[in-house]
Amino acid sequence: MKRLLFSLILSATSFVCLAQEKANPFPSIDIKSIEGKLVNTDIFENNNQPIVVSFWATWCKPCAKELDAISEVYEEWKEETGVKVIAISIDDTRNAAKVAPYANGKDWPFEIYLDSNSDLKRALNVNAIPHTFLLNANKEIVWQHTSYFDGDEEELYEEILKL
Amino acid sequence: MKNLLYGLLLCSGSLLAQGIQNGQLSGNFQSDFQIYVEDDALDFNLQNPSSGFPSERFLANGFANITYTKDNFSTGIRYESYQNALLGYPSGYKGEGITYRYAQFNKDGLDVTVGNFYEQFGSGMILRAYEERNLGYDNAFDGIRLKYSPLKGVYLKSLVGRQRLFFEKGEGLVRAIDGEISLNESFEKLSEATTQILLGASFVSKFQKDLNPQYNLPENVGSWASRMTVNHGRWNFGAEYVHKYNDPSAVNNYIYKNGDAFLMSGSYSKRGFGVSVAAKRIDNMDFRSERDQNLQNLIINYLPALTKQHAYALATIYPYGTITTGEMGLQAELNYKFKKGTFLGGRYGMGLIANFSNVYAIDKQAVDSNTPIDSTGTLGYTSDVFKVGDEKYFQEFSVELSKKVNRKLKFVGTYINTEYNSAAIVGYKYHGMIYSNIVVLETQYKIKSKHSIRTEFQHLSTKQHEGNWLMGLAEYTISPHYFFAIQNLYNYGNKDKKLSYPTLSAGYNKGTSRFALSYGKQRAGIFCVGGVCRNVPASNGLSLSITSSF
Repeated sequence: MKRLLFSLILSATSFVCLAQEKANPFPSIDIKSIEGKLVNTDIFENNNQPIVVSFWATWCKPCAKELDAISEVYEEWKEETGVKVIAISIDDTRNAAKVAPYANGKDWPFEIYLDSNSDLKRALNVNAIPHTFLLNANKEIVWQHTSYFDGDEEELYEEILKL
Repeated sequence: MKNLLYGLLLCSGSLLAQGIQNGQLSGNFQSDFQIYVEDDALDFNLQNPSSGFPSERFLANGFANITYTKDNFSTGIRYESYQNALLGYPSGYKGEGITYRYAQFNKDGLDVTVGNFYEQFGSGMILRAYEERNLGYDNAFDGIRLKYSPLKGVYLKSLVGRQRLFFEKGEGLVRAIDGEISLNESFEKLSEATTQILLGASFVSKFQKDLNPQYNLPENVGSWASRMTVNHGRWNFGAEYVHKYNDPSAVNNYIYKNGDAFLMSGSYSKRGFGVSVAAKRIDNMDFRSERDQNLQNLIINYLPALTKQHAYALATIYPYGTITTGEMGLQAELNYKFKKGTFLGGRYGMGLIANFSNVYAIDKQAVDSNTPIDSTGTLGYTSDVFKVGDEKYFQEFSVELSKKVNRKLKFVGTYINTEYNSAAIVGYKYHGMIYSNIVVLETQYKIKSKHSIRTEFQHLSTKQHEGNWLMGLAEYTISPHYFFAIQNLYNYGNKDKKLSYPTLSAGYNKGTSRFALSYGKQRAGIFCVGGVCRNVPASNGLSLSITSSF
């Protein structure tokens, strides 16, 4: 009995330890393109350069602040690190049709997708937005951050430089 | 023999561990605690039971999700605890337990989910299961869902399930199927076309036994929807129509009329400019898997409010929530960025967002001269689709200008003019139409690298209801970890009681973890979700919120 218990504990602990060691890959989930087409997150691609995935919504003020701030320095970031920013809107039907005009009206140069029923948000365990992920060349999540304070983009940039 | 068995177990244990090591574990956690303090100014105390003052004095909500994923397989659970639920949460949340568990795999293009799941067909007007944890909304299904793509560009979904009702499930069965085709992906000839077209259709049916002694109620209620989306370069167009067969229910006063909903939207946008328009009509479309339910319980579909969703505190005092028994309305929004170097744009450009929306009743005529409108057991009423009803429910115009002056200073100015039919939207008996004007000035100033101060001044003026409000907020942030804020709402125009609602708060963020502490007063208010609004009482206390994810 003791040994049984021992083996169970052994497998349980190795299960937890091993599963925790690695960086999680970005999940494969169906979302929608800005044209309304079904697309899978597997298509996220940046020629083995880092990708930033940022969750936002048209009604979320700090989200707009974060994307505005990144938008202002985006050209420099791209030149220096090759990073690409993907902005995922969790607006549902109430605001979904306003997402493209809103993002364009803000003059944001990002790739935009819609996660209207929060499937991707759920798969990534996002509690609240804004929430930003940094993916390495293998599309593994190497860093993430919740909420946005003025200047937070500098911390994100330092993390991008580490890759 | 015994040793062999142990050996096998040990082996399988480590094999299991090795199999699992290529998978990923992830999860999240949130907990909200509040200590309530008696407040005589708010009549929030033990002597006044109707104020909702909790005799527990300390209330706590919490949940955690744990998900395991390996290749094409995933499984997860959520534990929730309400000991007892914070004020303002639906009273059905009492106790604790596993409220969500599922297993999902994808093999040969077939995607199978058993257990709990969320889902949306099209715009959601026929079917949408979703969660808003912070508002206590969760109508997840428990059952089986299949997804399959038989041909390129063709997507099929089907489900059977019962819906979550707090810690129980509704008795109604929901059976649903949805198909969508992307013409440009399905037909090679169209793959290069500049116009992209998507077509979709759904059928949803619910079953609930009829035990009513007086009326012969339909046990099976069917509903269908069709939709299309067209994209042509900078242009987007979408439309959906939903029809529901007669479904007498508590919400529609047990009338036998069929229901309809129609929603269309169009937009044009390019870098620096965007415009969108939308129109909708809803007629007797409240759809639930149990006919006697009300509030936010067991809703099958989602009827969006086509009005602007505001974030400023005073702009959320009079929020619109869809009137699911019947309404029609319009919305238009303009987004524009004045370019850098122009007169208005200045050195950094200037942003403009203008929005207009209105909502009216639908036309309702009696079915015959002897039957009042909405009489139980009758066809209820007839309605001319193209006729606007007499009663105005809501109208709003808002404009927001945002301007960066220099590298340190930013301004956002907002003006909102609202007409709010409080009797129709939230059932205020004595206030009728509330006319309000709101102005907000938000300033953000960067003191030095990573240190910023943000202020808000808001004013709401109205001659109705509680009269004028003034609000001020100052927030100091040190990126990326700390924030401190102080705010006060002052209802100085109230004829009965001129109350203040001050709050102090502070927070600490690190990675995905966040701790927020606040002490102060909460105004009574209406919080709207999924077309249903609910009242939250005024309160005073100390609250702590912790969220984390991995």
